[in-house]
Amino acid sequence: MKRRDFLKSAGALAASTALTAPAVFSPAKAQSRAETLLIVSEGGPNNIDIHGVGTNVPGYEVAWNCYSRLISHEMKKLPNGVEYYDKDKFKPELAEDMKIGDMSATFKLRKDATFHDGTKITAKDVKWSLDRAVTVGGFPTFQMRAGSLEKPEQFVIVDDHTLRVDFLRKDRMTIPDLAVVVPVVMHSELIKKNADEKDPWGLSYTKQNIAGGGPYNVEKWTPGTEVIFARNENYKLGPLPKTKRIVWRIVPSAGNRRALLERGDADISYELPNKDFVELKQSGKLNIVSTPFSNGVQYLGMNVTKPPFDNVKVRQAVAYAVPYQKIMDAVLYGLGGKTFGAPANKQTEVAWPQAHKYNSDITKAKKLMEEAGYKDGFETTLSFDLNFAGVNEPTCVLIQESLAQIGIKTTINKVPGANWRTELNKKVMPLYVNVFSGWLDYPEYFFFWCYHGANSIFNTMSYQSKEMDANIIAARDAAAINDKTTYEKAVKGFVDQAFADVPRIPLYQPYSNVAMQKNVSGYQYWFHRRLDYRNLAKG
Amino acid sequence: MLLRMGRRLGITLFSIAAVIVITFALTRLLPGDTAAYFAGPAATEQAIQEVREKLGLDRPKYEQFVRYVQDLSRGDFGQSLTTGQPVIKDIAARLPASAELTFAGLIVSILIAIPLGVLAAVKEGSAVDHFSRVIATAGVSLPVFFTGLLLAYFFYFILGWAPSPIGRLDIIYSAPPHVTGFYLIDSLIARDLEVFWAALKQLILPAATLAIFSLAPITRMTRASMLAVLSSDFVRTARASGLSTRKVILTYAFRNALLPVITTLGMVFSFLLGANVLVEKVFAWPGIGSYAVEALIASDFAPVQGFVLVMAVMYVLLNLMIDLLYGVIDPRVRMAA
Repeated sequence: MKRRDFLKSAGALAASTALTAPAVFSPAKAQSRAETLLIVSEGGPNNIDIHGVGTNVPGYEVAWNCYSRLISHEMKKLPNGVEYYDKDKFKPELAEDMKIGDMSATFKLRKDATFHDGTKITAKDVKWSLDRAVTVGGFPTFQMRAGSLEKPEQFVIVDDHTLRVDFLRKDRMTIPDLAVVVPVVMHSELIKKNADEKDPWGLSYTKQNIAGGGPYNVEKWTPGTEVIFARNENYKLGPLPKTKRIVWRIVPSAGNRRALLERGDADISYELPNKDFVELKQSGKLNIVSTPFSNGVQYLGMNVTKPPFDNVKVRQAVAYAVPYQKIMDAVLYGLGGKTFGAPANKQTEVAWPQAHKYNSDITKAKKLMEEAGYKDGFETTLSFDLNFAGVNEPTCVLIQESLAQIGIKTTINKVPGANWRTELNKKVMPLYVNVFSGWLDYPEYFFFWCYHGANSIFNTMSYQSKEMDANIIAARDAAAINDKTTYEKAVKGFVDQAFADVPRIPLYQPYSNVAMQKNVSGYQYWFHRRLDYRNLAKG
Repeated sequence: MLLRMGRRLGITLFSIAAVIVITFALTRLLPGDTAAYFAGPAATEQAIQEVREKLGLDRPKYEQFVRYVQDLSRGDFGQSLTTGQPVIKDIAARLPASAELTFAGLIVSILIAIPLGVLAAVKEGSAVDHFSRVIATAGVSLPVFFTGLLLAYFFYFILGWAPSPIGRLDIIYSAPPHVTGFYLIDSLIARDLEVFWAALKQLILPAATLAIFSLAPITRMTRASMLAVLSSDFVRTARASGLSTRKVILTYAFRNALLPVITTLGMVFSFLLGANVLVEKVFAWPGIGSYAVEALIASDFAPVQGFVLVMAVMYVLLNLMIDLLYGVIDPRVRMAA
């Protein structure tokens, strides 16, 4: 009789012995621990369908790993050895071949690909899924539109294994937009079976169930507690994922996430305070990977429609007053990309983000304030999003201190996370700290959302300028027809103007930080900044 | 008597109705726009509007209220947007987790606090009395998250005695088949001692944290009530009749001192159940308190309403139960009824 069976069959008496014998531990369980990767993070998904209403960012991670797309990105190695997605190189995923024509792209699908339940994936499923993304509304439809993918008619079934995507207009974002998290391929028959008239796209089914053919499948999801993933043993769209089972536990306390890592009980964690990352890095017990957000900038924004920030001299004065280096040292502990203090003779690059030429210079700032007619300063409020208080709060306090030196008295306004979006939308906050980062890593993409006069929600400053708009559109059009000279001129044009007019002051480029055990390999940085499980392995 | 009970029930129903109205109104008054929050970081004004229509938030408030009450009457508490589940399902899954933790904490606390309180009263002014005062004061003055972090730091991080603070079970175990939702009981029903032991180990630190916090009210109340009883006439009579000290204290004094203690226990239990959010956060415990707080942060109305409603009903039931217990303990209450 085995020890475990004995214990099982024994009654209450055995229970009391078990309490004094901590080694009740079957070998099978120890084995499964070795094949399981434990990820701990602060928050979990609320919906495992990227097309769902209000799917949160952790939900993107599930969608990324459990669904497949037509194409994906190749990897490249950064100088520090980190695997990083290559935004210019695409590789086939469900499509084994992609032919880009003048006004359309044709995808040949793999014939051996199946969904998790074994059903073959055909062009009909791909079309249904893309139709769903462009018509379901909300975030997915918005994201598809960013690549000029707007109408179901654009997706044409040629035969069972061939699909053509017709272009509405020439747009160089179209192909990259097919490789983001949103254009997933879903099991149309399975979802249709679980849909009804009120919910034709079966959103309530996919909210809780995976209907795809990605490298992993959700084995169990306990909202707010954990997600358990099992490897898709029949995965054909790439190499078989390395880890059999992934457990993602929600551990809200940052201190305990760190303790779990240091004790070696958790394998990977992100969302730790910067200070912890730096200390962990110094202790050398763990692998800490810090990667700059692609196309992301943390900034100090100003509402340019109202005095005093309608005056460019005031904005420049603020740009000279910001304590950039202090923020880098005391708030980020060095874990941020420098976007300030470029040498005066530096040529503008065709890149974003890049450093501006402002530096902390109180004398210059005071002079500019005087020229602007605000010798005695003024009072205003400085707002930030409490959801990211760990970074935002100390940043704002430092800025408040420096602005006081040039006579600008600020009251700090802490806005609850749920309210932040509403406040931004109203476009009335005079001065605020915020972050923006685009999935598609192109300067004109960033500028279109953040500086263009169409006044999207991310043009939080309500900035309006004809020259700016002209340059952004010129860059977009030039990129579509591969006109390099015009493109570079336009990009330099809008970057220069953004720095001269400073409606928003770039503070730094945020880093995405991940801590993992030394025996964990295969981490990759993706534009969505969540984990890709395929290559993660232990030991 | 029936009339009295009927009146009581009427008042109960009225307070529940009031709770429904008030929570509905309060959650609507909260700052924050649910639609904007759930439209996500990259949403346009139009996308937010689409979400708002989908959630029915563009309707007039009274219409939303009528729909809410209709749904409630069908047992539908609405959908949580943060977890994506029906609220009733979430609460059913999370209430046992909180209740198991609270019971465990309370039992530990009672086992220590009541003897300590009795002893402190019997030996008033002695070293034991001072010791109990120090323990109680220290326990109540340390914030629970601090005690929790401290315990986790020592027993998990430094000593490695306690298991990792990642919720109700280590990741290598799966939950026992659902019967009561209490892992300790369910694992015994399933005769899986391995899981029972694992669940118990996870429970020790958070339960100890709660116990330390709730020591104070129980110890102090036991002591005060014992002191009052010990100085009363019937105890003097009992002593004068030559009964043993043991008999006097345990049979006569303690039983009479129990009434206020039971009341306190009821209060402490309901308070802990709702207020152990911090302990739940520290130990990643999937309980109902952290659920409500997360929902509140996200301006997610339905779970907050559901939480308040369930809590209100539980308070009412708990008070009813305590009233009944009074009758068992004190015959006078029975007679009066």
